[in-house]
Amino acid sequence: MARNRLSIAALALAATIGAAQAQTPRVKFEYWYGLTGQLGEVMAEHCKRFNESQTKFEAVCVGQGGYDRAEQNTIAAFRARQHPTIVQIYDAGTVNFMLSQATYNAVQFAKDFKMKIDWNDYFPGIRSYYATSKGEMWSFPYNSSSAVMYWNRAEWAKIGRTEPPATWEQFERDMRALKAAGHSCAYAFDFDTWQSMEQLSAIHNQPIATMGNGYEGLNAELVINQGIFPRHVANLKKWQDEGLARVQTAQTGKTIVQAFADGTCASMLSSIANHGVVGDTGRPGLDWAVAMIPVYEGFTRHNSLVGGASLWVMANKSKEEYEAAAAFLDFVLTPAEVKWMPNVTGYIPITVPAFNQMRDEGFYAQPKFKGREVSMQSLTFTPPTKNTSGIRLGNFTSIRSEVRSELEAIMNGQKTVEVGLNDAVARSNQILRRFEQTFRGRTLP
Amino acid sequence: MTGKRVTFSNTWLAGLLIAPQLILVFTFFYWPAGEALYWSFTLEPPFGGENQWVGWQNFKTVFEDPLYWNSVRISVIFALSSTVLAMGIALVLAVFVDRRLPGYQAYRFMYFWPYAVAAPAVGLAFRFIFAPDAGFVSALNQWYPGIWNPARNGVDAVILITLANAWSMVAYNFIFFLAGLQSIPRTLTEAAAMDGSGVLRRIADIQFPLLAPTFFFLVVINLTDSFVNSFGIVDITTAGGPARATDLMVYKIYSDGFKGKDYSLAAAQSLVLMLLVISLTFIQFRFVERRVHYS
Repeated sequence: MARNRLSIAALALAATIGAAQAQTPRVKFEYWYGLTGQLGEVMAEHCKRFNESQTKFEAVCVGQGGYDRAEQNTIAAFRARQHPTIVQIYDAGTVNFMLSQATYNAVQFAKDFKMKIDWNDYFPGIRSYYATSKGEMWSFPYNSSSAVMYWNRAEWAKIGRTEPPATWEQFERDMRALKAAGHSCAYAFDFDTWQSMEQLSAIHNQPIATMGNGYEGLNAELVINQGIFPRHVANLKKWQDEGLARVQTAQTGKTIVQAFADGTCASMLSSIANHGVVGDTGRPGLDWAVAMIPVYEGFTRHNSLVGGASLWVMANKSKEEYEAAAAFLDFVLTPAEVKWMPNVTGYIPITVPAFNQMRDEGFYAQPKFKGREVSMQSLTFTPPTKNTSGIRLGNFTSIRSEVRSELEAIMNGQKTVEVGLNDAVARSNQILRRFEQTFRGRTLP
Repeated sequence: MTGKRVTFSNTWLAGLLIAPQLILVFTFFYWPAGEALYWSFTLEPPFGGENQWVGWQNFKTVFEDPLYWNSVRISVIFALSSTVLAMGIALVLAVFVDRRLPGYQAYRFMYFWPYAVAAPAVGLAFRFIFAPDAGFVSALNQWYPGIWNPARNGVDAVILITLANAWSMVAYNFIFFLAGLQSIPRTLTEAAAMDGSGVLRRIADIQFPLLAPTFFFLVVINLTDSFVNSFGIVDITTAGGPARATDLMVYKIYSDGFKGKDYSLAAAQSLVLMLLVISLTFIQFRFVERRVHYS
């Protein structure tokens, strides 16, 4: 009996193998992504959707355990000639990849493999971030977000206000009122420079670095010790010392998102990608909304920057793999797929047609997704200027961590705002000069 | 000597037998170390390609950076204090178990567990326990507001990573101390007891001196381990902050090399760290070991 079962199983197995062999084998290509956790699952799901959508190609998708790792691993793999065909690289890695001579630039790739892409479909603010100084796209924007202000409506109602503050001056008055009403944390912030330095400078149309934030050449220098940023840092310090705002990081016990979601703090600046997180993990009954980041009085609001990642096609792969990769990239850019992403994550639709369709279909009227259009408004507020196209600085990850350390020193009272930011600029400029020297003889496209 | 020398003439077989080990050592030590040496004198673009010879520039950059010396200072403080703490606690625990205090069998078994916990897990646990807002230790802050805040205060942060590192090393030290204590002949301690010496006297005059070789071995292991193996704990608990207060040498290498993709700068720092650890071990063997008696 047992023997019989075994032989039946063997037969069934043989039949399946036979059936599989009868089909033409699919052309495989490798795709590495950086996102982890729930977002990583969405990445894997996207591959599955592609594989199920047709029978010619197969995407072999491998999570790398973080954006950092995806970049490190791709570099190591490229050196060993074991790299994937497509890789998801975060915004800050763009410069390294543009200078790497290891990629197949997107415009050329789309032309060579006859992709159906229309570059003008992308939102201008998204396009400019990943484009060269001549406006050519070198990678395909993928999961994208922007920063917004999250505010607790119920807390603001207690001080008799129904509208979010549109200016930082109003925000300060609101925080004072919240404190007077007994709130111990009106605003949660951390040392992440993405919101407080990069986005804030963009919406005030202020440069972070010379040479058009680095777009025009590797000899750019940081200028964050002038203009709006020192003023904002001084305010943060003042608000912190007065007990209006509070630093919330993983080290203090709760991140800003956790502190906002459980109602400890009444507001924060964060990525729209956390819209779903706050919705899912928020304290029951938390009455919250999102708004555009406030602007200082006397400044005209400009577009905010895109964050997230883009897909890079790597050099030195076979023609078949490139054809498969082109099919995949075409697939993720179909309106149906662009619309799918915001449904399962907090990311925004990256093309104008998809966004328009979603708006018309009433996506943003659904309670779960209400307010997400704010990030689109913020991202497209004005056409990108020299200061709001993006940031293209060598080794930007290290620059971020220099600024971060100095912000910590400032908030802890070890340094004044002026000294701290001057030190950050001096050290960042050393990093930029080393980067320029390492890549001497190469120019930014 | 008149006796016949015993030799092994089959060198081929001998070579074959030690080859796997040699290949391992070569692939995972000499080759990367050689590559690091080469990179530290050049500027290496992340994706490879034409790297340029820059002589001592990378080392000059490293040594002229005041923050690098800050990093060295913290590493030394961290290594010394976590070694003292880990060995001190382990020694006390080992003496207790050796004296067969009640329940020693269970303790002997349990004290070893922390060593089996991976460094990032230790880091995560300590981060939660010692979080100033939400951890167990936050009760301290309710009595004396602001007394404990590793997220803001650099000294607190160093204490936190030192405790975490010491906690995970205690287990290892404990096993060695206990084994050392148990290998001391009972007759010695019993004889001393009959001569009327108390417990502390016996520990000071008989057990500690006889433990000297174990002690010496553990000092070397603990110091080296604190210098090179603390990455996991720092990365999870403090990420080098606040304001670089816990930016240990090994963490700085990681952030410059892997996060910043400045391979040459990281290679130069790795070489400095390697030389430091080698010389530390050399000094210990050359000068400290002389004072240790093995029998």
